[in-house]
Amino acid sequence: MIGLYLHIPFCAAKCPYCDFYSRPIDGDLADRYAAALVNAMATQPYGDLRADTLYLGGGTPTLLGAGRLTAILEAASRCFGLTADSEITIETNPESIDLALLCDLRKAGCNRLSVGVQSGAQSELTALGRRHTPESAREAILAGAKAGFENISADLMLAIPGQTGKSLSGSVRMLTGLPLSHISAYLLKLEPGTPLALDVDTLTPPDEDLTAALYLQCVDELADAGFEQYEISNFAKQGRQSRHNLKYWRREQYLGLGPAAHSFLEPHGRFCFESDLDAFLDSDNPFAQIQPDDLPVCPPEEELLLRLRLTEGVNVSTLAIDPTQLLRKAGQFAAHDLCRVDGTVIALTPKGFLLSNLIIVALLETLAP
Amino acid sequence: MPYNDYIRNFCIIAHIDHGKSTLADRLLELTQAVAEREMESQLLDNMDIEKERGITIKARAVRLDYTAKNGQDYIFNLIDTPGHVDFSYEVSRSLAACEGAILVVDASQGVEAQTLANTYLAVESNLELLPVINKIDLIAADPERVAKEVEDVIGIPCMDAPRISAKRGIGVEEVLERIVTDIPAPNADPNAPLRALIFDSFYDSYKGVIVYVRVMDGTISQDMPIKMMGTGAEFDIVEIGRMGATAMIPCDELKAGEVGYFTASIKTVKDTQVGDTVTGTERPAGEALPGYRKAMPMVYCGIYPQDGAKYSDLRDALDKLQLNDASLSFEAETSVALGFGFRCGFLGLLHLEIVLERLEREYNLDLITTAPSVVYKITLTNGKTLDIDNPTNYPDPATIQNAQEPFVSASILTPTEYIGSIMDLCQSRRGVYLDTKYLDSDRVEVHYKLPLGEIIYDFFDALKSRTKGYASFDYELSEYRDSKLVKLDILLNGDMVDAFSFIVHADNAYARGRKLAERLKEHIPRQMFEVPIQAAIGGKVIARETVKAMRKDVLAKCYGGDISRKKKLLEKQKEGKKKMRQMGSVEVPQEAFTAILKLDD
Repeated sequence: MIGLYLHIPFCAAKCPYCDFYSRPIDGDLADRYAAALVNAMATQPYGDLRADTLYLGGGTPTLLGAGRLTAILEAASRCFGLTADSEITIETNPESIDLALLCDLRKAGCNRLSVGVQSGAQSELTALGRRHTPESAREAILAGAKAGFENISADLMLAIPGQTGKSLSGSVRMLTGLPLSHISAYLLKLEPGTPLALDVDTLTPPDEDLTAALYLQCVDELADAGFEQYEISNFAKQGRQSRHNLKYWRREQYLGLGPAAHSFLEPHGRFCFESDLDAFLDSDNPFAQIQPDDLPVCPPEEELLLRLRLTEGVNVSTLAIDPTQLLRKAGQFAAHDLCRVDGTVIALTPKGFLLSNLIIVALLETLAP
Repeated sequence: MPYNDYIRNFCIIAHIDHGKSTLADRLLELTQAVAEREMESQLLDNMDIEKERGITIKARAVRLDYTAKNGQDYIFNLIDTPGHVDFSYEVSRSLAACEGAILVVDASQGVEAQTLANTYLAVESNLELLPVINKIDLIAADPERVAKEVEDVIGIPCMDAPRISAKRGIGVEEVLERIVTDIPAPNADPNAPLRALIFDSFYDSYKGVIVYVRVMDGTISQDMPIKMMGTGAEFDIVEIGRMGATAMIPCDELKAGEVGYFTASIKTVKDTQVGDTVTGTERPAGEALPGYRKAMPMVYCGIYPQDGAKYSDLRDALDKLQLNDASLSFEAETSVALGFGFRCGFLGLLHLEIVLERLEREYNLDLITTAPSVVYKITLTNGKTLDIDNPTNYPDPATIQNAQEPFVSASILTPTEYIGSIMDLCQSRRGVYLDTKYLDSDRVEVHYKLPLGEIIYDFFDALKSRTKGYASFDYELSEYRDSKLVKLDILLNGDMVDAFSFIVHADNAYARGRKLAERLKEHIPRQMFEVPIQAAIGGKVIARETVKAMRKDVLAKCYGGDISRKKKLLEKQKEGKKKMRQMGSVEVPQEAFTAILKLDD
């Protein structure tokens, strides 16, 4: 069973920290795009693919509206055999959702909601350039629950300019007091070229030490509230881990459709669509513009760099490598409380997640001939 | 009249930027030694680095044919001289090849330290001086004041000196006439046993070493067997010729008084040391020309390839440079921290910088250099004496009876308002004040004895910044003096890093150690664990800084299954790692090695 990812590259406005591919929307464009996606699902050239997870990501997918989304979900079920047991997630923002739409989505088969809350402090939302308020975020989540969503996730941002341990605690308290089953907590990274990155002269982002402290505090406070960490940035109540995202990290297969969407399908490997909405819309055969991902790495390396994002870690005995050096190196990190080594399983600690690039590169080096 | 009456051998001496090369260009132009389309600005300086720095590194010579106003044809041999104190021996040998010198003085700047230093050298070589006041077109030009200054400071008549602008070509013809009238013709006995002075040589891959000589006595001719009187090397002449501005012009012989070149299938410039005397093996001269000495490196440093695999490339490059640079010495050495490399000796810091730049530019090598060191003379308690140019070889202090370090006589010319800050600087560098000479009401020449080890890092930069660039500086090695020396070590995470060790005066050790530790802290990025940086003398820690443990690196979101971002981050991490040197358990970036060389604020 594969995961299916549908990219909806539209936003009402661009967030100043975002460098993902998205475009402003209008009605005609939305119609054409929904039709193009449906067509792509029906004509995908990779054979008979069955999916048990679907993720509608963006952008802001809910901007397409109930009618178009229902059509897309129907096509997805038809083409990829989704069932009631499948995990079907849609992303949204507090300002682009209401109860009616949520009810329609639930009816169309969506059973998981991911809401971009980011912070419970108004000053931080302002710094991020978000247009919703803490109150409207609360209302959006409550509306989701009212519409029948039992599996709701919220995004939380760490290292926002102006953020403190105290304000983070406030945000965590607000979220854990709501009917949520899952929380994603991302460190804000100033992507070069984004407006927020250009703004850092006026906004002081937390320094390295504070950022690390905020992250570790977040891990602790979420655990206290019953949200166990299962990935670098993801926390869930018992049994509510994102099944779709786990496919990415466990190196399972998925098909991504839409401009800039990535796929991993055997025997083709990793590939993606170009970041070009017009090309996707105008082409008779959008799969003609598929290109392989650059920077290929060998499967054991990929397995390592992906699975080490998970608290369950990686069992190196399952990789086609001699793990002696790898385990020895991991032992050095373990001495600094950066990872745990349990037999042949290596798993990073929260402190280690903060240094995952450094650790992964050091571990990968032991594989080099 | 005898042939030698129509020869004039001269050089041009000037402080940097006073217009030496521009005047040379004009002289070449006016004598049409160079067709105009071949003119490249500042022709004599034909290495890229020379053009960029506006200095002449290696001497060059050119022959000019001039028809004077009296109707006679003259041969001018213009011998260009290096313009930097590192090369003062080479300057003195070039001067010895001449009978006269054009002294170029900037009409606004007046006499500067190098003007004086080179003038003294010229006077020692008994040269006739022809002062020329240049840049009279500048608004700030004051030729009368400068002429008076030359008379007062240097003590030569200057009131009738040509006032010129080499840049605009004003007055240059007068200079040509004055060369004829003011500079003496060479004395010459073409029948005496051969004595020719080597004033430069360079390696040519087709002809072997091309040797530039001034024939002092006798005649040098085709196929003649010759001998270098200093090195003892013997050869048979293959080709003889004169130096045209753009090409070598072969001829049959060079007679006493003439300047030219020869080749003799010589494989290395080591056999053709500047200052050596060439004589004939069949009828050798009784005595060599005076003044020859072997090139003596004054400054040493370790040079290592950043990529250890490039070691043999570095060796090849040094070999090739040495073909042309007899004063460059090197031998293999190994550093615990840096791996395999070379200990290299230089005439001075500029020479060092030029060699490094050429290695990096012309041979495309990425290098790490250790702190430059002078040569210390150590006497052990058992009576043995050692020359130490590498801190790694510094003996156990318990076995040292006496230590000496080289001192230079320095002269600094400065506007009077900067005397105070210059004295502060010299004092902080352990200078011994000698005297101050007033050149006129607002300029002085300050004399100091300074330890060479204190001026090889950044003294010149510090001097420039304290005097807004107005002070000029010149020095020569004077003597070795007893000194309290200690070896300062740097420990990273408890392990000594040999490449960071210094030999330093005991009184400065504490301050230097603290500064070094601070500098390293700025340049060593956070690591996985806390890294103590310690400065220590003989095991006793005198300064400590700490690089805090790294807390986080960039976490990439794996959004929508796009793992390419993560891969790119990992690639970046790997690239960053490549620029690091592993020192025990600590990763040190390359720039830390250069940063510690600049310790002045």
